[in-house]
Amino acid sequence: MPDIGVRNFAGKINCPNPFWLASAPPTNTGEMIMRAFDAGWGGAVWKTIGEPVVNVSSRYSATDWNGQRIMGFNNIELISDRTVEQNLTEMAEVKKRYPKNAVIASLMVASNREAWHEVVTRAEDAGADGLELNFGCPHGMSERGMGAAVGQVPEYCEQITRWVMEAAKIPVIMKLTPNITNIVLPARAGVAAGANALSLINTINSIVGADLETLELTPSIAGKGGHGGYAGPAVKPIALNMLAALGTDEIVGKSGIPISGMGGIATWQDAAQFLLLGASSLQVCTAVMHYGFRVIEDLCDGLSNWMNDKGFKTVADVCGHSLHRVSDFKNFDLSYRAVARIDASKCIKCDLCYVACNDTAHQCIDLVSPQGVLVEPRAYNIRSNGKDQAIATRPQPVVREADCVGCRLCYNVCPVDDCIQMVEVPSGRSEVTWSELTENQTQVTEDWETMKAYRERVGIHIH
Amino acid sequence: MSTAALLDDPQLKARFGELKPALTAQAAVIEADRCLNCFDAPCTAACPTHIDVPGFIKRIASGNLRGSAMRILDANILGGSCARVCPVDVLCEGACVMVRQNHKPIQIALLQRHAMDTFWASGETPPAKAVGTNKLRVACIGGGPASLACAAELCRAGARATVIERRALPGGLNTYGVAEYKLRAADSVREVEMIRQLGVEFRCGVEVDSAAALEALEAEFDFVFLGLGLGAMQRLNVPGEDTKGVMNALEVIAAYKTGHLRELHGTVVVVGAGNTAIDAANAARRLGAATVYMLYRRSEQEMSAFDFEYEHAKQEGVQFLWRRLPVAIRPDAHGRLLLETVQVRQADRKLEVIPDSEATIDCDLIVPAIGQSPLTELLQELRGVEVRDGRIAADRETGQTGNPRYFAGGDCVNGGREVVDAVAGGKRAAKAMLKTAEVAHA
Repeated sequence: MPDIGVRNFAGKINCPNPFWLASAPPTNTGEMIMRAFDAGWGGAVWKTIGEPVVNVSSRYSATDWNGQRIMGFNNIELISDRTVEQNLTEMAEVKKRYPKNAVIASLMVASNREAWHEVVTRAEDAGADGLELNFGCPHGMSERGMGAAVGQVPEYCEQITRWVMEAAKIPVIMKLTPNITNIVLPARAGVAAGANALSLINTINSIVGADLETLELTPSIAGKGGHGGYAGPAVKPIALNMLAALGTDEIVGKSGIPISGMGGIATWQDAAQFLLLGASSLQVCTAVMHYGFRVIEDLCDGLSNWMNDKGFKTVADVCGHSLHRVSDFKNFDLSYRAVARIDASKCIKCDLCYVACNDTAHQCIDLVSPQGVLVEPRAYNIRSNGKDQAIATRPQPVVREADCVGCRLCYNVCPVDDCIQMVEVPSGRSEVTWSELTENQTQVTEDWETMKAYRERVGIHIH
Repeated sequence: MSTAALLDDPQLKARFGELKPALTAQAAVIEADRCLNCFDAPCTAACPTHIDVPGFIKRIASGNLRGSAMRILDANILGGSCARVCPVDVLCEGACVMVRQNHKPIQIALLQRHAMDTFWASGETPPAKAVGTNKLRVACIGGGPASLACAAELCRAGARATVIERRALPGGLNTYGVAEYKLRAADSVREVEMIRQLGVEFRCGVEVDSAAALEALEAEFDFVFLGLGLGAMQRLNVPGEDTKGVMNALEVIAAYKTGHLRELHGTVVVVGAGNTAIDAANAARRLGAATVYMLYRRSEQEMSAFDFEYEHAKQEGVQFLWRRLPVAIRPDAHGRLLLETVQVRQADRKLEVIPDSEATIDCDLIVPAIGQSPLTELLQELRGVEVRDGRIAADRETGQTGNPRYFAGGDCVNGGREVVDAVAGGKRAAKAMLKTAEVAHA
């Protein structure tokens, strides 16, 4: 079986698997972290240690979807409300008992050099394997000039990271906030400051909703509420995009700086996707808060089995494997053509593809009666009665391929696995990208009449 | 409306507890979420009243329970009782696309019941136009599902509708003829009460049995809707049929549902193998009969009861005697009954008695349940209303009979089908009458 251990992340960090508990409520105490290690977690980023705080209740709120709890998870909990001393004493104990697991100290103190130097030194003395700089918390701490208030200003990120690097002897991971227009800029600041690694994403600014009974926000703290940090499965695509943006950036990507990826990882499939897009260690929180430490078993097992099936021998082999496929729209082949095809033997005739295509796409799915005649929906007789008639007269959705633009909406709505396939069909046109058009046939990209003529010439028909 | 005729009988409740318990609110949402929300859904096509099934189910999922109930009631005013009595295996649930994926179909009936129960608990009435905003006046003869649906549809459009029922309580078979573990008489009456609140007038205990009575109706109303149902059950036509201890299936069911038959013992023989026969046989078991036989002149494959009803009867402990024919009934010396039977076999299209196959069954009650014969006496009084094969001949789309002032729907037209079919028939006739009146006044 493949080796899923992590070797020398950021130069020095080793652990039996790439899964770390993210700096969050699950890593509040040494006792919890030790139980997590017993359960199989490779590492843990300690809940952020730093300035004095007082928490409120309630702290969490979730977006449920279609009967499933916690598609997205919002929190307004602050950094650790336990003293620096308490946390570091426990950290020393954990490190002593679990030398093979990675223990990372997450830090957040006031933005001055001395404060950072002091906390860095104390964490190192406690035996931490690495430091994570929390430049990401979007609520509470940011009002005090820390967390996201730092992460949103690349210059601040760079300055503080430089201070940390002056004192640090162990790897320093700079954690980024997603609450920024261009994630690349703070990452470049981290690279410039000499950080040993980056991690992303922290939580996303969010308000989960208002209670329709009380009309208060959720959660409600004595009648008030405000934005918190959003996490959980809902945020994964946002995290993946930001991860890929770093890996493909000419400065951050080329620097080779390792990245610890997080944001909605709940399954081994999620984990594999983060690895493919450039993460070399992974952090998990919401899934653990939903189901407990035990989720680590399938994360490791599933990842290992998948790597085995795909022939990957180590986590490093997977890391960044799909990054070369990340590109910009301007580089996509405009001549590539795929159409949707419905497998009638698998189709259950729910007609969700039909209504989606008809109402919101390109009207290229027909309903064909069992007699082979095109019919309108609700064609059944008003006196139709019983399952036999309903089933016998039910039409079959069929894609009119000549008109299909290959948008893939039907594929997404189809509830049956492998029923709708996107099939490549020859377009009869030679490969061309928007970039090439811009360069070689500028007029086409700037003028509608020329564009129309171009389309006619190459045979692009817009329905 | 008086429900005094319905006793709140704990013994009845205990013996005829609901077959399928209601869904809890959370279970309903979980089940509703499972629904794919098919477009132009086959369940809707399969329902004779074409309820927008995904529409009401997704309203349950979203927590819009009032909207869900309205969606149901707009298509089927008896959505509450249909949720309990519909043979959904052959209707909506049977057509569910989940079945094609080898998944359990969405539990449409239980979800519909959830929406309707919640609505009833709210004490609300569906919106209707003020009665009289439409000048049309219609008498609906018979107080069963067809007439109720017809009258409700008319009232909701602002017309005046009067239901005329010969029994003490309206509801027809919903009140008197459905097994109590499927639909309690009290629930049927509650549903009728909702229809009364829409503005439907009820005249109960009134028999329309003469030309004079019909003339009076014709003078008072623009149209007459015939929701007569079927007449008395067919007789066995064997000697001794009028012996004490012979009671037809509908009589047995009505008697126990209204508290007039509380206990049975010994052996009961039900003659016939339709759905009503099974209701009667199961009732006999639950009322205390030690042995219940169902006697059927044909084979298991030919019985008209639905498969799930047959399975249910077996679970209730009902025993089946196939290809056996009753030939005579006589009392024995101890006040019990002797049912003489013979074994038969199919010879071409006839049943042939097998020699020396006579057998006498000692029993305490004999329940003929071999279909219902149409009530023809009244119909003969109706000028121009054609009766064919014991059924009222009516236009398939409109329910209009040979006499343009008479419309008909439900069992008296279709020969005896489901409650939901009767609702569909009543609704179609109401729409047709409204349209006819509109054209006439235009």
